[in-house]
Amino acid sequence: MSQDALLKISNIDAFYGTFQALWDVSLVVKHGEIVALIGSNASGKSTLINTISGVIHPAKGTIEFDGRDISALDPFQIVTLGISQVPEGRRIFPEMTILDNLMLGSYNRQARANREQNLKKVYEHFPLLEERTKQLAKTLSGGEQQMLVIGRGLMSDPKLMLFDEISLGLAPKVTDELYKAVREIRAKGITILLVEQNVRRSIKEADRAYIIKAGRIVLGKNVSELQEEEIKQAYFGV
Amino acid sequence: MTVEVLAGLSRPIIMGVLLGGLYALIALGLSIVFGVMKLINVAHGDLMIFGAYFAYALMTTWGIDPILSLTMGIPLWFGLGFAIQKYVMSRAFGISMEAPLIIAFGISLILQSLTQIIWSPYSRGLEAPYALGGISLGITSVPKTYLLSFIAALVVMLVLREFLRRSYLGKAIVAASQDKRGAELVGINTGRVYAFAFAIAMATAAIAGVFFGLTFPFTPTSGVGFLVIAFGVIIIGGLGSMLGTFIGGIVLGLTQTLSGYFLGAAAQMLFVYLIVFVVLAVRPQGMFGR
Repeated sequence: MSQDALLKISNIDAFYGTFQALWDVSLVVKHGEIVALIGSNASGKSTLINTISGVIHPAKGTIEFDGRDISALDPFQIVTLGISQVPEGRRIFPEMTILDNLMLGSYNRQARANREQNLKKVYEHFPLLEERTKQLAKTLSGGEQQMLVIGRGLMSDPKLMLFDEISLGLAPKVTDELYKAVREIRAKGITILLVEQNVRRSIKEADRAYIIKAGRIVLGKNVSELQEEEIKQAYFGV
Repeated sequence: MTVEVLAGLSRPIIMGVLLGGLYALIALGLSIVFGVMKLINVAHGDLMIFGAYFAYALMTTWGIDPILSLTMGIPLWFGLGFAIQKYVMSRAFGISMEAPLIIAFGISLILQSLTQIIWSPYSRGLEAPYALGGISLGITSVPKTYLLSFIAALVVMLVLREFLRRSYLGKAIVAASQDKRGAELVGINTGRVYAFAFAIAMATAAIAGVFFGLTFPFTPTSGVGFLVIAFGVIIIGGLGSMLGTFIGGIVLGLTQTLSGYFLGAAAQMLFVYLIVFVVLAVRPQGMFGR
């Protein structure tokens, strides 16, 4: 199993200032999988995503990507290695055009070489973006901005994409569209780790799920084996 | 009568526009640093004056032309800015929002003392044979230094604007100013981008210093007053916009010369600050701010 692990997190602790947000977290994402991270608000989901991206460095434990320890690397180095985060709250560049937002996705040198090719792929996923390349990003609707950020993430030529709450505040129809793109992205061989506050959606889209509660992984299994009781316990606890 | 009034007005208007160019040239670097790092670099005026003294030293020691001396001044100030951000400011940013401000204040005091020790508190000036005297602009004659400063400001503004819009590094600087975390997550090394932004701002300070020194006499503390003016320029023009800063400079220059013309020299700065106050009250993001 660990042989084809793309991402392997072993026993990490992470802090927000003095607050410990992650406790001895271990998790594996294998090549080609969609793995969901389920948990209530403030359970540590986003912290874990940000620790993988290098925004936060783990105080203890290791994060291996493609067999290489990345736990001490900074975000820009981690992007270059092939991990791309689609952050919560989108974090577009509002005063720049859609095309510039996308181009900045391929800022790292490796991705820059495949820029035009990746741009074409992004437009295949989201034809709407191609029609509006000159428009400022802030003029897009919430769902369109989310498409832009996913597209921007794709521009960095990732092997692993981290999706943090991409459906937050969006209509079900828009969410469907976004997850259709997520499935297409996986079909192209990109591995996915996603955080989603909608548990039903997570279970529908993912192959496996980890349940995180108060900063600890309490369960990890195939979604088909996941019992409703286990999820309820993670959210409402005993 | 009206013709005479208009003819009389043409001089303060032309002088105001040209003077505004110099103000904009000083403000461009302040605008970049604030736009990207949200730091009010209170040492900007002193770094500019230090640039004037550097050109003065080259001029008096080896007879090097002040504008020509920028071939040394620009790379030196660029490197100085890069080093200040990379080795000093970046650490201060990690401590608190106030720490870099206090460091900038420290740099300001050090430069003022240093220039005073080396060159005395007496006023100095830069000279170039081609910048002496006036030049006729049809209706009125203006000092050549004013015209040179305006042209320099226009060139620097346009170069910066195109750099920020078209180059990868320029776009990365703009992206980091709009969403730092977002920039990091697309693979931009924001620490490096900040260092480049500070370096570019310092390079413009070197240029501003030379044109300022050609236009006005300067003392070790001249930077303080012009920091305030430059701050007014970016408040009027809007932070982070190069074109906005340029136009902000012209608005400020015009306000100064026109209120001087109508109300006398004593009142001219009063109106400048009044305009800054009105902009802050009515449109705090500035004329071109977002």
